[in-house]
Amino acid sequence: MREFLGMGGYAAFVWPAYAVTLGVALLNVVWARRALSRALTAARRRLAAGGGDA
Amino acid sequence: MPELTQPALAAGAPDPAVGGATGEGASVLEAARLVLLRDLTLAFRRSGQLVQPLAFFAIVTTLFPLAISPELARLREIAAGVIWVAALLASLLALESLFRDDSYDGALEQYVLSGQPLTGLMFAKTAAHWLLTGLPLALMAPLAALSLGAPAASLPGILAAVAIGTVALSLIGSIGAALTLGLRRSGVLLALLTLPLSLPVLIFGARASELAIHGAPYAAPLELLAALAVLGVTLAPLASAAAVRISLE
Amino acid sequence: MTWTWFHRLGSPPHVYRLARLLTPWFAWPAGALIVVALYGGLVLAPPDYQQGDGFRIIYMHAPAAWMSLMVYTTMAVAAAVGLIWRMKVAHAVAASCAPIGASFTFAALATGSLWGQPMWGTWWEWDPRLTSELILLFLYLGYMGLRGAIEDTQRADRASAVLAVVGVVNVPIIHYSVTWWNSLHQAPSVMRLGKPTLSSAMLWPLLTMLLGFTLYFVAVLLVRLRAEILGRERSASWVREMLAT
Repeated sequence: MREFLGMGGYAAFVWPAYAVTLGVALLNVVWARRALSRALTAARRRLAAGGGDA
Repeated sequence: MPELTQPALAAGAPDPAVGGATGEGASVLEAARLVLLRDLTLAFRRSGQLVQPLAFFAIVTTLFPLAISPELARLREIAAGVIWVAALLASLLALESLFRDDSYDGALEQYVLSGQPLTGLMFAKTAAHWLLTGLPLALMAPLAALSLGAPAASLPGILAAVAIGTVALSLIGSIGAALTLGLRRSGVLLALLTLPLSLPVLIFGARASELAIHGAPYAAPLELLAALAVLGVTLAPLASAAAVRISLE
Repeated sequence: MTWTWFHRLGSPPHVYRLARLLTPWFAWPAGALIVVALYGGLVLAPPDYQQGDGFRIIYMHAPAAWMSLMVYTTMAVAAAVGLIWRMKVAHAVAASCAPIGASFTFAALATGSLWGQPMWGTWWEWDPRLTSELILLFLYLGYMGLRGAIEDTQRADRASAVLAVVGVVNVPIIHYSVTWWNSLHQAPSVMRLGKPTLSSAMLWPLLTMLLGFTLYFVAVLLVRLRAEILGRERSASWVREMLAT
């Protein structure tokens, strides 16, 4: 296990690389879902305020 | 100055009262000529403003010896790069006014509505811009090169490279200028859009100048530079015409 | 007749419903493929002859670089479709692509730098691949900057579409000139972002990862696209009906 984490001495480079990329991937998912839920909330609020077809 | 009225530009509209557009109405070449002449005439009326990009070029060139070292031997190593970065930035500054005045006085809208191929008129405006900015920069570049330690034999090559390169820069820049028309703080945005697209011009132009300074044959990068300029001539006016339409809607 | 599917893609409610339906079909396989590829790349693949375990960064760097280019191309194609056929939905797709592509370009630069440090001894090198990635990031930032600066949605869509199309034409030119520039000052080949020669045990996790990230991109795009469509359609009656149910 320790060998695996050590990555043959390159651990200081390999693991941050994985962290950055997978982090960006996760960020995009969170970001997208947040954008969608915000858009839905805004749309619902507009409807409740009586907004119809412009 | 030829009156640039709607009839003067309009394809197929006769207007004997206007010099230069008679008979069956203006052809696109005629209209382009009118646009070019108008831009040149207006620019010479405000000749003080013509000098500004050149002054900027001179100042930026001066920054480098002051920031680095007065030794000509050292400056010669970076001369090509300095000249090209300075020329690129000066060219950028001049781009802001490419469409601005015409959009204020309504001439740009007339161009769009004239029925003439907007691409041709865009080419004319860009040509005027190069004659007013790029060509003077090309003539100044050898002087700047001398001040940075370049040998006299390199000057024709530097002039040629900057002359051809600024053609490409004017064309590429016209696209960004059209896209950012009328936007707040468009200057920074224009730079952000134009600089990445101008990088190939910078690379080949600087390389050609570098080779010239070291007395080596510089035909290869110069030809690539010319190829970029030709590509720009064929494609850029199309894109800037589309961009002008979009910005004016 | 065969073009009706294309024209239906021009209808925002249709695309919205399609996006909602299809997202899990891309998301779950994407996740599975990435997990499998991670295992294959980190555990199963043997260490490289020259780069040891350091080469495993490729399983993150290559997908990030691939994403940065693929997303830009998708963005440009969508933009072109929007310009030519005047489809709002196509412009919405282009807008949704930009933040995804930009963030993965950043990841490509970061992983490229992390890969370079143990291999070259410096945190940055102006090697053609990294330099081109950096310029690509500038192209994305310019696109997003232009969109942000224009308030009118239609003008923003169409202006940024022109920019995207001009940009995509430039990408090969930029890449060629950067490669040419770099070769002039050629240092030994160790300077290049080393591609180890890949045995099949090393190759399949890479391909799996690339496929997984491609599916992942579609899934994230579909979610963003829904948000984008909702924002543009505002008070349309189909939105009202959909939310009421």
